[in-house]
Amino acid sequence: MIVDIFIKACLAIAILLGVLNFAGLLTWVERKQSALMQDRIGANRANIGPLRLLGLFHPLADVIKLLTKEDFIPPTGNKILHTLAPFLSVFFAIVAFAAVPFGNQLNIFGRSVNLQVASLDVGVLYIFAMMSLGVYGVFLAGFSSNNNYSVLGGLRAASQMISYEIAMGVSLLGIIMIYGSLNLQDIARAQGNLLFGWLPAWGIVLQPVAFFIFTAAALAETKRVPFDLPEGESEIIGYFTEYSGMKFGMFFLTDFIETVLVGCLVTFFFFGGWQVPYLYAEGFRFPWGGVIPLPHLIVSLLQICGFTLKIIFFNWLFMAVRWTLPRFRYDQLMKLGWTILFPISLANIFITGGILLLL
Amino acid sequence: MSGTFVKIKKSDLSFFERLYLPAFAIGLKITIRHFFVNLLFHTMRQLRLLPRRFRVGVTYQYPEDPRPLSTRVRTRHRLMKREDGSPRCVACMLCETVCPAKCIYIIAGEHPDPNIEKYPVKFDLDLGVCVYCGYCVEVCPEDAIRMDTGKLDIAAYSRKEMILDVHELLNPGSRKIKEPV
Repeated sequence: MIVDIFIKACLAIAILLGVLNFAGLLTWVERKQSALMQDRIGANRANIGPLRLLGLFHPLADVIKLLTKEDFIPPTGNKILHTLAPFLSVFFAIVAFAAVPFGNQLNIFGRSVNLQVASLDVGVLYIFAMMSLGVYGVFLAGFSSNNNYSVLGGLRAASQMISYEIAMGVSLLGIIMIYGSLNLQDIARAQGNLLFGWLPAWGIVLQPVAFFIFTAAALAETKRVPFDLPEGESEIIGYFTEYSGMKFGMFFLTDFIETVLVGCLVTFFFFGGWQVPYLYAEGFRFPWGGVIPLPHLIVSLLQICGFTLKIIFFNWLFMAVRWTLPRFRYDQLMKLGWTILFPISLANIFITGGILLLL
Repeated sequence: MSGTFVKIKKSDLSFFERLYLPAFAIGLKITIRHFFVNLLFHTMRQLRLLPRRFRVGVTYQYPEDPRPLSTRVRTRHRLMKREDGSPRCVACMLCETVCPAKCIYIIAGEHPDPNIEKYPVKFDLDLGVCVYCGYCVEVCPEDAIRMDTGKLDIAAYSRKEMILDVHELLNPGSRKIKEPV
């Protein structure tokens, strides 16, 4: 019993540290990648002595700056809610990772450890619930600031997130119908099968339309460009106008954590999660006949590395999208969500259902 | 005025453009190409494979690597010297008179050499007032004041420190920004 709790605690700490480090590094990646995409050099000044490390100290310097800044609460605002909002925002983003597995069963010291903090049978629903609850943090931030612009930003954020959650959830029903499970671990395991004897049965192969809809809707959930109407720092003024210091930093961190989360979800539903193509429990078995037997630990390590690489790739892609596209107008945003993504995802369900019925 | 207007007809987006995803892919292709080309150059720069003069990106790393200035750009003033080191200025007051911002204050003194007649006992130039029009350079009959030091980073913590006296004008570069006490 105690050992089980210890193992779960270790897993939770591993995933928490992993996610927070990822999110922190993303601030650096965002600076450097945008710089490279725009022919600039990017942040490279923060240093410890002569050590600059390509600007890798900038996230640290940012954190120190944010922590030492004045933490201002508007005197007419609601103190409790104003303080609570950023915590809620970060909390729900991090907690959603509990249902995300980062590897298959790991057999170690005579125990079989499921590399997942909470192996929920309704993991997908749980993650969506947590992402929905994230709206509270955003909306309370706008509401408790007692600032008209913040309230408007909060309203924009709430309506955008709720609108796109529908398209996101409905687009995933096809995946859930095919793999027949709401547990991410089961979905990932089901994607280890092969189609026609050579093609991995990843979600992108079976549900290509759902991939585009889900990615677009999930990017809207992260509140980043091209869907950054809730924030719109420079022009339209968002929900965190009245925040300063680390509380502002926590909203910022939420965006990056959600980017990592969306990367995880896209990986799990459409790119096989921790599956490495042709890697099975006993080693590589290629469809053209080659076999490379590997010990269990190496296989597990390869799977975790594969999962991490996939997340890194998707975060890179989302970052590239963020620095390529201009922002949508609000009416375009709503039109895209309700009249394009939602009907297509509904049609996707019916077509998937019909094909499943026929097969 | 009739007939001078050209009415530009905006064409509607084609079906291909309205699909959004293809246009999005084209845009992404451009930015990702920039990303990888620059990544290659930056990696080569880190590995010391590129010549030193090769510029990666368009950024000038300002304090170490200032942007090259045009030869005709007007920058901070300096007073020219004679061969013996005294100012070439004869305190004729033309620059003080022509200055539209009235930033030059000259007090003339009698020079021992009768051919020169006068010299500036005091030549103050208030950079906080100067508009960098260059009229003082144009008007000077002795070519005694020039604006070619190439110094653009002029800053001080008080208005008083923005005033240059004759020594600082004669020796550009002697001035250091002092921390406020």
